[in-house]
Amino acid sequence: MTSAPPTAPAPTPPAEPSPTPSQTVGPFYGYALPFTGGGDLAPPGHPDTLTLHGHVLDGAGLPVPDAIVEAWQPAPDGSRTGAPGSLRRDPVTGAVIGRDTVTFTGFGRVATDADGHFTLRTLPPGGVPYISLIVFARGLLHHLHTRAYLHDAPGLTGDTLLARVGPARRATLITRPDGPRTHRFDIRLQSDDQHEETVFLDFG
Amino acid sequence: MTIPLTQEAISAEIAGHRERYGEHLARGGAPSSHPDRAYAPYRGSLLRHPRQPLVAAGDPEMVELTGPAFGVTDVTELDHDLTRQHTGEPLGERITVAGRVLDRNGRPVRGQLVEIWQANASGRYAHRRDQHPAPLDPHFTGVGRCLTDDRGAYRFVTIRPGAYPWRNHANAWRPAHIHFSLFGTAFTQRLVTQMYFPGDPLFAYDPILQSVTDDAARERLIATYDHTLSVPEWSLGYRWDIVLDGPAATWIEEGRA
Ligand SMILES: [Fe+3]
Repeated sequence: MTSAPPTAPAPTPPAEPSPTPSQTVGPFYGYALPFTGGGDLAPPGHPDTLTLHGHVLDGAGLPVPDAIVEAWQPAPDGSRTGAPGSLRRDPVTGAVIGRDTVTFTGFGRVATDADGHFTLRTLPPGGVPYISLIVFARGLLHHLHTRAYLHDAPGLTGDTLLARVGPARRATLITRPDGPRTHRFDIRLQSDDQHEETVFLDFG
Repeated sequence: MTIPLTQEAISAEIAGHRERYGEHLARGGAPSSHPDRAYAPYRGSLLRHPRQPLVAAGDPEMVELTGPAFGVTDVTELDHDLTRQHTGEPLGERITVAGRVLDRNGRPVRGQLVEIWQANASGRYAHRRDQHPAPLDPHFTGVGRCLTDDRGAYRFVTIRPGAYPWRNHANAWRPAHIHFSLFGTAFTQRLVTQMYFPGDPLFAYDPILQSVTDDAARERLIATYDHTLSVPEWSLGYRWDIVLDGPAATWIEEGRA
């Protein structure tokens, strides 16, 4: 028996696996994905709570009643680790009872209502001027990422992404003031005769 | 009254998209795993896709390189077994669906939330807007959740869903499928998709599955029958591994080792 070669051959790196394709969320997610308090990221009664709300609209300008909006953001202190407990369960009944009233999980999920409207209640994101959003809908074969830039947030003017988007479309990424601590953010999946389409993002 | 679209018309459109994709590849174009959002054979997509190209968000500090966390409080022990959520056994063929969730580098996605929903064995969803006149099953809702383990593995026990009709065109039927929702370590890795069963004769007719025009990518949506996953006297097993696209949160993970 001969001795082993002085150096073992370098292991060949495994081929990069190919991604699983996206498919539409379809019309019947309603009893599966939305959960109690899904849009209420802010602990109840928190004085810094802000409301982010709007419509999801299609290329005819009509509301999309079967969309889901998910939100992800840093905690007010800038931490980006999130926390478990968005879908906290009752150990006795198994029902979703929602967040404990203390922890900020950073994650929210709301289905649009019959008017295509969604509402999130959250705390200001720390360190960035935006809340990251994903839209899913029947008819949408692959979800879309966008950001709701809060019109009154510090850091809005220096933002690199906003700087890269032309002025006409930039406005689609910025909330409109709509009352005290209330931000209006409509999501247009497709431009219509009168409206710019929301800027959607590619992360490469 | 408008004449309903025929399957022949939809199938011709599907063939047209495949042909154009073949030409794109022949010109040296990059293969694409995901459906084109503007895929007319799926009529619901017509007014619901952006016309403008997506804008690159290339910023190394971006929030989307991190993502939501889930844990033991978000899932109960029974959530992965859709056959045990009611007092009785659901009707249908009991199956196990198992696999691993990986990122683009082949690394397991650990401790993340996997959610599924599906029609019952008759092809009916427990959803008020599903008007398909097939029977509801009082012992089946069709919703499951679990967390991936240290290997990125997930496992569900359920029943095989039935095919169901829809109104895309005349005589449109969806092949049997289970809807999946997945989270990665980054929000950029988010995936909602559908798993199909091998050998379904409806594949060629379905514009939602065919929206994935790349043959190899479409195959990745179809589970494999795995006899080693079948449980004697109990259930048949299907294996389906999932690879999440998009950049992972490597800059965070360095600190986690
Ligand atoms: Fe379905």
